[in-house]
Amino acid sequence: MIDRERHVGVVSEPRFVEVEAGFLIFFAKATGETDPVYFDEAAARAAGHPAIPVPPTYFFSLHMSCPAKRGDIFDTENGIGVDMMKILHGEQGFTYHALTYAGDRLTITTTTEDIYARKGGALEFVVQATRFEKDDGTLCAEARQLAVIRNG
Amino acid sequence: MANGHLEITVGETLPELVRGPIDRTTLALFAGASHDHVRLHIDSDFAKAAGLDDVFAHGMLSMAWLAQMLTHWVPQERLRHWNVRFTAITPLHATVTCRGEITEIFEKAGERLARVRIGSWTEANVQTLDGEAVVALV
Repeated sequence: MIDRERHVGVVSEPRFVEVEAGFLIFFAKATGETDPVYFDEAAARAAGHPAIPVPPTYFFSLHMSCPAKRGDIFDTENGIGVDMMKILHGEQGFTYHALTYAGDRLTITTTTEDIYARKGGALEFVVQATRFEKDDGTLCAEARQLAVIRNG
Repeated sequence: MANGHLEITVGETLPELVRGPIDRTTLALFAGASHDHVRLHIDSDFAKAAGLDDVFAHGMLSMAWLAQMLTHWVPQERLRHWNVRFTAITPLHATVTCRGEITEIFEKAGERLARVRIGSWTEANVQTLDGEAVVALV
């Protein structure tokens, strides 16, 4: 069983990432995106964007690209230490405040909001919320993840 | 082509988006592109050791496809909030169909919004994602 007392309320250190155009183009290719706004900078500019926009679910990827040194779900020493063999993605949500673009520098912070068990501990649930802020402090997106751990 | 101006009604459906079949290359590329290196999706030996028949698709791959359905319908800046539950594993070789239906039109903070029930299904008609999105209508 995950030690709830130890992990609930833990806030990661701020992680700094720059959104890379090359990765957004790779993401578009890997997902079969057909709208050139998401893989062609000229098309993005023609549509009124300053650069290629970060697509809606790529915030999860930005979060995964820079595991926190404190509170990461897989980290066995300084995080929750979930076994990758047992994890399932239960729910995922996003709230947006401002479009984010290739070249933007973001600060990412993740909070472990809740951990609970069901079925006598056969299933455990970890809720983590992540904030994405631009350099100037603007909150651009929030993500909320529910991970399911199958102990049975 | 995304709508510049929307005149929509409750019960209206979004254009479907179909992707797949998902093969091992799809999963390898998505793992790399999405920074999601969970081995259950890319390493058959690891998946079998975990008691599964084989690797299965990232839930976030289908969620990315739902995002495409939404952003092909309205410009991304209209997407305010959305949430999905992953209700079943998406198996290797699945073809995924994304669907959406307007369930409510309402106002909040002076903005006209539509609530959209969204989901994805495999060709075996198993629902893999179930959720809703709130988009602004201008």
